[in-house]
Amino acid sequence: MSLSDKDKSAVKGLWAKISPKADEIGAEAFGRMLTVYPQTKTYFSHWADLSPGGAQVKKHGKVIMAAVGDAVSKIDDLVGGLMALSELHAFKLRVDPANFKILAHNVIVVIGMLFPGDFSPEVHMSVDKFFQNLALALAEKYR
Amino acid sequence: MVVWTDQERACIQDIFSKLNYEVAGPKALQRALIVYPWTQRYFASFGNLYNAEAIMSNPKVAAHGVVVLHGLDRAMKNMDDIKNTYAELSVLHSEKLHVDPDNFRLLADCLTIVIAANMGTSFTADVQAAWQKFLAVVVSALRRQYH
Repeated sequence: MSLSDKDKSAVKGLWAKISPKADEIGAEAFGRMLTVYPQTKTYFSHWADLSPGGAQVKKHGKVIMAAVGDAVSKIDDLVGGLMALSELHAFKLRVDPANFKILAHNVIVVIGMLFPGDFSPEVHMSVDKFFQNLALALAEKYR
Repeated sequence: MVVWTDQERACIQDIFSKLNYEVAGPKALQRALIVYPWTQRYFASFGNLYNAEAIMSNPKVAAHGVVVLHGLDRAMKNMDDIKNTYAELSVLHSEKLHVDPDNFRLLADCLTIVIAANMGTSFTADVQAAWQKFLAVVVSALRRQYH
């Protein structure tokens, strides 16, 4: 399900609106994922505080959302653009790619919550496709 | 047996009490049909589903969205035995409607987004967790009679 020009412009348009709140969205989505899908906490057992408001959670949410923003700028070649991140996730972090879908869902929930007027079903579809392609690019080096 | 804490029960009741079934049901189903277009395969008799505008204004889609939400209402009113409450519905979806159970997850995710947009920041992580647990039980009950 590759991204059409319409998808790309929908994603870029939405990103322009939400990027000022990127840190908040990232922290919220990541915190939610850990709470709502507790199996995802297994990757962060080395952190002292996994509560949603915790410093490490907020910081990591920010990191993730910055990477999402970077991916938006590289939307024409996600596989190429995310090569280094893919290697990190494949060889070092070894996160089961099924979790990318879970995190994507939580980012989408937070966007829907904070920007209900900008998140029509059509925009939602393009964003969902974008995250799917992002996840594929991230999983590229796994095997 | 599913064990519900008092907090979880309260969360679920609260979400449903804030929902307008006539609005949220249609919105969720429309969203699923638009975001995951392959779900349209089950609604061939609904007429015009050719594009987002058609889906959003299709009266059969809207009516069916309300039906789905009333179905969820039954689960909410029988939280301690969703499994048996849904036994017939499960057989229906499997034997008569032949719905791939993965679609339940897709519709559930769309409903979550409709609720999140409706409740805004009062849809906290803890509320979402309780809601997700409820949906997981519902989906599991709906899948149960598949063979």
